[in-house]
Amino acid sequence: MAEAASVYLVERVLLVAIRDNITDTEIMNLQEELSDRIVAEGARGVVIDIAALEIVDTFVGRVLAQLSSMARLLAAETYVVGMRPAVAMTLVELGMDLSGSKTALSLSHALRRLRRDGLA
Amino acid sequence: MTRTSLETVLAILREEFDELLSAWLETQKAEGVRRPDLFSDRESRRQLGELLRGLGDGIDAADDQRTLNLEAEPWAGLRAALEEVTHERVERGVSPSEMATFVLALKQPVFARLRQKLEAAPDKLIEEITEFSRLLDAVAMHTNEHFIAERDQIIERQRTEMMELSTPVVQLWDRVLTIPLIGTLDSVRAQEVMENLLNSIVEESAEVVIVDITGVRVVDTQVAQHLLRTAAAVRLMGAEAIISGISPKIAQTMVELGVDVGEVTTRPTIRAALSDAFRKVGFSIERRGDADRG
Repeated sequence: MAEAASVYLVERVLLVAIRDNITDTEIMNLQEELSDRIVAEGARGVVIDIAALEIVDTFVGRVLAQLSSMARLLAAETYVVGMRPAVAMTLVELGMDLSGSKTALSLSHALRRLRRDGLA
Repeated sequence: MTRTSLETVLAILREEFDELLSAWLETQKAEGVRRPDLFSDRESRRQLGELLRGLGDGIDAADDQRTLNLEAEPWAGLRAALEEVTHERVERGVSPSEMATFVLALKQPVFARLRQKLEAAPDKLIEEITEFSRLLDAVAMHTNEHFIAERDQIIERQRTEMMELSTPVVQLWDRVLTIPLIGTLDSVRAQEVMENLLNSIVEESAEVVIVDITGVRVVDTQVAQHLLRTAAAVRLMGAEAIISGISPKIAQTMVELGVDVGEVTTRPTIRAALSDAFRKVGFSIERRGDADRG
């Protein structure tokens, strides 16, 4: 689990960096771990860095969308950051626009916005 | 002893090389394909010389004349010379028929010499003329094929250049980009636009991109779809897209077509979009107090 993605808590924001060859099982486990930690740490924001992902299929796309909805239910705002151009084009092609989650160019952009909204 | 039926032709090619070369040039001149405006006499002589040498070597080395295959090894020299000549002529805009005449002009001088040499043997004369015709026709055909391939390459190159030219991403301000779209937006171009735009977003760390469609001639459902997809991809990257240059006419068409832009920001002019973009990245434009009021 720890190898598939690293999760850190910084100022009430959970920073999640997903590794490039994460498997479907691992990402499902990640979803579970994240929901536990949002509640346990009282996190108000989740930032998922997918810069390492070269390929995002419908499954991963759906899990990312679910993660956002789940975090919102637990009162945390989710940002998906660092998406590669090729990945963005594929997702749009697949008709997945992750409309439920917010996006930002990079980790620092997301943190700035979370701060602006008083969540970090 | 050579194994070819073209022994007399070969002999002419070897023994009367210079005379044949000059005669070939003369015939080209008479046919109007010599093009002294494009090639100097010296250059032409060198090129024709290499062609003749390649032709001779090919005839000499090819063992079976029945199956004439210019792609085979013995003709490598001829092919190289031909391709050089063709390449230069394509670059300088010579037409395909001119190119074929250029090659076929060799027939006349060779036939004239064959007739002299084989006056006493009409059967042999006819055989060699037929054979040589066949060979030269194949050479002309090969030239034409190569000619077309070269042209295709040029067209392909121009197409990519046009693509690059037609999708320029311009930085308007820190973190603000614009891509002015002009002409028609088909799927290929839409893809190109999206790719360029997304890559520029990463390079410039842009937060707002203005997609200006003032210059787009027609907005139908497909074009609208492309635009909305681009906006969606931009959002996935963490930036925001503003579509500007929506004229009243385009707005009417879009509504009639039932296009729903959803949450994508649209503005009638690039000016309105720019002031929007400034606000989003935290800048504002003010009139200086002492400025002339126009």
